[in-house]
Amino acid sequence: MSRVIGRPRRRVDARAKVTGQTRFADDVILPRMLHCKLLRSTVPHARIVRIDTARAAAHPGVHLVLTGEAFPVPYGVLPVSHDEHALCPDKVRFVGDPVAAVIARDEATADQAVHLIDVEYEPLRTFAAPEDSLAHAEPRIHDYGDGGNVHRAVALQFGDVDAAIDGADHVFDDVFFFEGNTHLPIEQHAAVAATDPDGKLVVWSSTQTPHYLHRSLAKALQMPAAHIRVIATPNGGGFGGKSDPFNHEIVVAGAALLLDRPVKICLTREEVFYCHRGRHPVLMRFRTGVTRDGRITGVDLQTLLDGGAYGSYGVASTFYTGALQTVTYDVPTYRFRGCRVFTNKPPCGPKRGHGTPQARFGQEVQLDKIAERLQVDPADLRLNILAPANTLTANFLRIGTMGLGECVRRVVASAGWGDKFRRLPRGHGVGLACSSYLSGAGLPINWNDLPHSGVQLKLDRSGGVTAFCGATEIGQGSDDVLVAVVAEVLGIEPFDVRAVTGDTDLTPVDLGSYSSRVTLMMGNAAIEAATRARDLLAQAVSRKLEIPVARVTFADRRVFDAEAPDRGVTFADAVCMAEAQFGTIGTTGSYTPPRSEAKFKGGGVGPSPTYSYTAAIVEVEVDPVTGWIVVPAVWIAHDVGRALNPALVRGQVEGSVYMALGEALMEEQAFRRLPPRLSNALVHKFPSMLEYKSPTFLEMPDVHTDLVESMDPAGPFGAKEVGQGPLLPIMPALANAVYDAVGVRIDEVPITPEKILKALQLAAAGKPGRVGPAAFPDHVPWPEALRVTPPWEGGDGRASNEPPRRSRRKADAGVEATTGVRR
Amino acid sequence: MMRLPAFSYRAPRTLRDAASWLADAGRDAMVLAGGTDVLPNMKRRQQTPATLIALRGVRELGAIGSEPGAAVIGAAVTLNTLVRDERVRTRLPGLWQAALQVATPHLRSMATLGGNLCLDTRCTYYDQTYEWRKAIDFCLKKDGQICWVATSSPRCLAVSSTDTAPMLQALGARVRLVSAAGERELPLADLYQNDGMHYLTRRPDEILAHVLVPDEPGWRSTYWKLRRRGSFDFPVAAVAAAAQVDPEGRVAAVRLVAGAVASRPLAAPRAEALLAGERLTDERIAAAAHALYEVAKPMDNTDFELVWRKKMVTALATCALRELRGDDMREARQRLARQVL
Repeated sequence: MSRVIGRPRRRVDARAKVTGQTRFADDVILPRMLHCKLLRSTVPHARIVRIDTARAAAHPGVHLVLTGEAFPVPYGVLPVSHDEHALCPDKVRFVGDPVAAVIARDEATADQAVHLIDVEYEPLRTFAAPEDSLAHAEPRIHDYGDGGNVHRAVALQFGDVDAAIDGADHVFDDVFFFEGNTHLPIEQHAAVAATDPDGKLVVWSSTQTPHYLHRSLAKALQMPAAHIRVIATPNGGGFGGKSDPFNHEIVVAGAALLLDRPVKICLTREEVFYCHRGRHPVLMRFRTGVTRDGRITGVDLQTLLDGGAYGSYGVASTFYTGALQTVTYDVPTYRFRGCRVFTNKPPCGPKRGHGTPQARFGQEVQLDKIAERLQVDPADLRLNILAPANTLTANFLRIGTMGLGECVRRVVASAGWGDKFRRLPRGHGVGLACSSYLSGAGLPINWNDLPHSGVQLKLDRSGGVTAFCGATEIGQGSDDVLVAVVAEVLGIEPFDVRAVTGDTDLTPVDLGSYSSRVTLMMGNAAIEAATRARDLLAQAVSRKLEIPVARVTFADRRVFDAEAPDRGVTFADAVCMAEAQFGTIGTTGSYTPPRSEAKFKGGGVGPSPTYSYTAAIVEVEVDPVTGWIVVPAVWIAHDVGRALNPALVRGQVEGSVYMALGEALMEEQAFRRLPPRLSNALVHKFPSMLEYKSPTFLEMPDVHTDLVESMDPAGPFGAKEVGQGPLLPIMPALANAVYDAVGVRIDEVPITPEKILKALQLAAAGKPGRVGPAAFPDHVPWPEALRVTPPWEGGDGRASNEPPRRSRRKADAGVEATTGVRR
Repeated sequence: MMRLPAFSYRAPRTLRDAASWLADAGRDAMVLAGGTDVLPNMKRRQQTPATLIALRGVRELGAIGSEPGAAVIGAAVTLNTLVRDERVRTRLPGLWQAALQVATPHLRSMATLGGNLCLDTRCTYYDQTYEWRKAIDFCLKKDGQICWVATSSPRCLAVSSTDTAPMLQALGARVRLVSAAGERELPLADLYQNDGMHYLTRRPDEILAHVLVPDEPGWRSTYWKLRRRGSFDFPVAAVAAAAQVDPEGRVAAVRLVAGAVASRPLAAPRAEALLAGERLTDERIAAAAHALYEVAKPMDNTDFELVWRKKMVTALATCALRELRGDDMREARQRLARQVL
């Protein structure tokens, strides 16, 4: 019987948050602390000819000035793209790339001194858009990748997709564009580094991934990881934007070691726009074969990603644009080709939904077009082609429970879809779309056989329990999940459990708060640790009560005989009995996802222990005269497996809707390329919270949230993810609603009044009422596709034409125990 | 965080002191009211005054009073004080609507009417940090040689982004400027000129002290603002309209002003002529709205696309004139402004 799980509760960290007691990274203030400012490039692409730091170093109050030579070792989050330096050693790749650092007595002094550094640049060609990068192989932005300025080009084929599409009753061929956008967390990134009394390095940072920061610090600073402690402070929002190891973190760490004093940096909002790692702009083409009764025969997808200036998670992002189409709908044959190019802009990376919202937009809008052509209700069309539960997809992803059908039925009922779709007066419309998302990446970034999450428990004689885990609280409620799971298993209250999280000295590794992995992976590890502790207590109490262990029950802070509930002891007494019998009570639990059945290169992106599902209906009001668009209401149903704390689950759903509406309606990580005949400049159009438009409360519609509980056996108490999936259907549902309202297609996001009015004018002039990209480039250098036979044709998950691969272990090696921040 | 450059701060208690200290401080001084415009600009090094003369403590500037036939509003009255004033809300609804749509509730607690009238012109090439502006080699308005909005433009094209100025111009307001040398009063319309750099005719030693707003019977007024969101954003197009309508429904007098589509609020005499002495029929409204559309000259230096912004002037003018006619515009207002006004 659940006493904690499944009940809406106030989250454990709520009190600290609302009373201002949460200590964010910028709240860390240490004695003798110095402050750091970075000098960032003002040119988009150039060789560094000379840096003169003499005036800055001589400025009163300046303790240290650093340039690229202090940090010769590159790093990066993925082993395949260690292409970043803490400070650029020889060239800069975008406006905002850091070239020097000043450490001074206070921030104002550091700020003054930064402006005393003179940098001479030798400009190189500016690459502003993917088309530039495809057209010009030289100069290369990086000297690695798949040739020229192509970072990575991949091609995968599952079954005879060409025959399947050619033989279809209808072929739909559509091109879509999804503009880049950024995370916009309220908290700017901040980090403090210090040496502890015995000389080891400590770094506090607003990071979602202390483990990867730990590894990157060890590599970039050439220090033993055991001599570095990373403490992830609670994040004031992450959304993927704090998942990379960042240059500013490495700079303050190096400076603290050199000066033996604490050093802090807190980025400005503009600098956060330059950290970016947000949504990739993606141009995509979907060719889909469909039978006359609306079944998909095959999908041929091409995506072109504007990666910006560095690798970041980009290789994974590229694969993610093609990974999850098959998990939502039954796609019997499939080809995916993805290409990521470098450009001279802040690097793109993972933002909520990581690589999947772009192609999800394309697929869901195309399905709306298919339904229109076949004259089928879009809800019925989807219900007819759902990917079946507990099956293996064409690309060897293992589907667990699958509640999408129920989600669709729920929103159709709650929104009154049948009375609205194609029935509202002109200017009013509804649109529907669906999605799926991972509940944690099935493979680690650094390939190894180690658990993805570990939990340690310490049981105290007082009856208190401390749960240690490397997971990071980024606002999503992971601390609450940890204490709730432990409390549920041990029959105590969440308030009796103390969470110690995100500290590499104190907590076992959890890979981090990304890929919607924490609830499932940490939750399973916590269940294992708590069950082991409960078993010890149960043995001790069974001996005391002289009953079989199986009858020992835990609830209401008591441990008692299930058949005679009055016979029992307090939880605290049970801990003492167990400690007397077994010694100090500490247990561990860990979680490793099941092995993926995809054995081909690239098959590492997409597998997950299970997938969440979402369906959404968006209602819009569009003014046919101006194109002005208002969203009065959203209905959304999400298959979360099991809602551990429904209050937090609803919060995640509504937060996703909010963020998605921003992407759908207004957010753009846009750039200005000045006229090339006059300037090389390429700048972020508006790196500020005022001009980068994101919705306010006044734009937020009524959101009707429905939770579907499919009780997935892979998840803790049946839970799946909720942090990212509910974002995905909103953008395409909104595009489909605009079509329902005024009959025009906006095949790109954001969907703005200007675009709607333009499409309406085109339609009025007798042309196709559509705004969107005209074509997908035909000169992308695709490699030969890896051919994988789908499981139902006898495939074993391997590619038939794959060359031998290097050892998986190799990427994990190479952290050497030599010291060396060079001054 | 972004840091302010060093400056001297002077806090006079009287208008006389303020004017004389401003004169003494010379060209490197600026007047500070609520600070919501000047201080962020200073952080971005758009302005780096050596001295700030703060008007917060000058009591004569902080009150709303009366003269025969006019409301007299101190320049240092905050926008929140203004919108809470019963007379403004009931007798000058256009001004109430305009002030209520400036920035956010928090900012309006600091921001003043005088500050909004003297608001620096805005441009996405200009409202950026020093480093960002260095990356484009600066622009005509500050530290540079070229207007990137239109590279052949001889003048700066930064946009007048005040909400209250177009409305007060439509209401026929006058302003009182005070300096150590004396004071002068002029029509608010004459405070502005269509130049993004030299957008005010105020001399550097003058303080905008009071705004005199005619409050005569039979006048109706309204303000329609275009911006992306229902809060925060500066206008990217706006229409202010004020009219005296006689009992037969004929327009006895009218003033129409377009905001945020040039470096100053733009009057539209042709549109006004189309309406004078006429009933506000749909046809007349359409013709006047088109005339206002023709006046607007938006450029690609704000949010939204310029062609669409210009088209929106027609829609805004139509809404404004219909509201003056007495149509119930609450639903259209709710959609555009996302609030009841």
